[in-house]
Amino acid sequence: MKFLPLVWAGLKRKKLRTILTLLSIFIAFTLFAFLGAIQEAFRSGVTMAGLDRLITRHKVSLIQTLPETYKNRIKTLPGVADVVHQTWFGGIYQDPKNFFPNMPVEPESFLLMFPEFVIKDTEKQAWLATRTGAIVGRATADRFKWKVGDRIPIKSPIWDQPKGEAQWEFELVGIYQGAKKATDTSNLFFRYDYFEEARQRDKGQVGWFTIRIANPDQAAEIAAQIDETFANSPYETKTEPEGAFAAGFAQQIGDIGAIVMAVVAAVFFTILLVAGNTMAQSVRERTEELGVLKAMGFSNRLVLWLVLLESCFIALIGGGGGLAAAWLIISAGNPVPNLLPLFMLPTHTLVQGGLFALGLGLVAGAIPAFQAMQLKISEALRRGG
Amino acid sequence: MSTTPATLVHVDSVTKTFKRGSQEIHVLDQLHLDVKEAEFLALMGPSGSGKSTLLNLIGGLDRPTTGSVQIGPDRVDQLSDRQLAAWRARHIGFVFQFYNLLPALTAERNVELPLLLTSLNKAERRQHVAAALAAVGLSHRAKAFPRTLSGGEQQRVGIARAIVTDPTVLLCDEPTGDLDRKSGDEILTLLQSLNRDHGKTIIMVTHDPHASARASRTVHLDKGQLTDTPADPTAP
Repeated sequence: MKFLPLVWAGLKRKKLRTILTLLSIFIAFTLFAFLGAIQEAFRSGVTMAGLDRLITRHKVSLIQTLPETYKNRIKTLPGVADVVHQTWFGGIYQDPKNFFPNMPVEPESFLLMFPEFVIKDTEKQAWLATRTGAIVGRATADRFKWKVGDRIPIKSPIWDQPKGEAQWEFELVGIYQGAKKATDTSNLFFRYDYFEEARQRDKGQVGWFTIRIANPDQAAEIAAQIDETFANSPYETKTEPEGAFAAGFAQQIGDIGAIVMAVVAAVFFTILLVAGNTMAQSVRERTEELGVLKAMGFSNRLVLWLVLLESCFIALIGGGGGLAAAWLIISAGNPVPNLLPLFMLPTHTLVQGGLFALGLGLVAGAIPAFQAMQLKISEALRRGG
Repeated sequence: MSTTPATLVHVDSVTKTFKRGSQEIHVLDQLHLDVKEAEFLALMGPSGSGKSTLLNLIGGLDRPTTGSVQIGPDRVDQLSDRQLAAWRARHIGFVFQFYNLLPALTAERNVELPLLLTSLNKAERRQHVAAALAAVGLSHRAKAFPRTLSGGEQQRVGIARAIVTDPTVLLCDEPTGDLDRKSGDEILTLLQSLNRDHGKTIIMVTHDPHASARASRTVHLDKGQLTDTPADPTAP
């Protein structure tokens, strides 16, 4: 602690250079945190996926539908505990940029299948009693300032509106919360029986099935059994764990993890050069001062630690500041709700960022610190004088 | 009855050779020097005569090629780098020609630096710093940064830093070399007072006969050897 003023003095020596270096590190770590949040947004479907849930979809692609009657056939297979279905509705609220997922479901079994969507019992009863009723997650309700009782007009580019109507209209009967912080609360769910009766085409067809299995260890076996059941039919299936399904969904955009890693690596390499250069210059300019400190009795090892401490100080202040700024911005609200419904800074990204900042300080300061340690006092004083 | 002061610094048969490429430069040659406790010694000689090299050897900043350097009971030339650092912190105070203060620290923080290596707590360090600054007459400039101090004031801060740990020997390398006559005189008066009133042993390297006149003894260094008389400037 008593050496901190000395470290601080080293940083104050060339204020502009220190500020610019801090700023570069600050921006790099803000970027790192944002990329971490983006990666988490794409990964959340995978991390929040139930281990005991499988998804069965059309073998060719997700946009092709399956007969609703498959539900009962899947239910009879050994190891299957429950089955629900969902269908991509693609509804638009007022403007295409107001994107959020919306799907018809069978309310009771759906809520049993997804306990992560938490809804009040009174609202659940209202949904069961209202054929045009819909429930929406807290994120989307807050986004559009919807409240229970509102009528929500939605146009679907896939499904024609009911006969005689200009668009689909749902009565908002409930707002669900996420059981966990990372639960996606951007979806709107409405009743399948209303959808089935009102749609003009493809009656009896659904998008995909979610299957709860009694024993997660049997997932591969049951998935193979389901696909085998519907093999050589006009609607062959592909069944996979929910996590793999979510990952595949995210992969449609690209390998987000690899892209994020590449950007982060490039940014950190650049910052390492910037911070390393700053420390090298700073030590070179202070050759005489370091000689004086050693003449006073500062040991070689103490001088090494002082330089490393200074380097870590810059990296931790800049990096910590960048992470804190990103956390504040992200906590203030989702800047891209239509692109990424779940946008949060995960704790592991903050911890990782802190460790990266410390590592950056150590690596950037290593060579200058070693040079300072090796410095011969008489030479240092001669160079200065 | 007066007692003869004991020898504090004993430099015996010291040679120092530097290598420049394949060439060997003999800076000090079989040099002997004794300095007694509470003595104020001026070390004079032309540029390149080895004055600073000798001062560095006595201060444990460098090691002799052959010979021995003993300060009190300690054989300085036989200490390891780590032991030397600790020894310097305890026994040596350096005063430099160009003051060598850290520009980002205030006068009191500069003076505090050697105390950071001791086990004193913050309050004790503050007391020692205040006493050292008072001794050089700069208590009122404790919070000033070096850039706001005159050359003479900066050198006084340098002296306060050198004496704050109450070292055994004060080594001054051209302490008035960068000062005008008036400031230089003030510094020399201060050094004389530290020697006379506080019994500090001082070894001062200087070019200036006016400065050496303030010392209790003057020795001259020429061609790696000590003499009691100055080198003949007309000699080839």
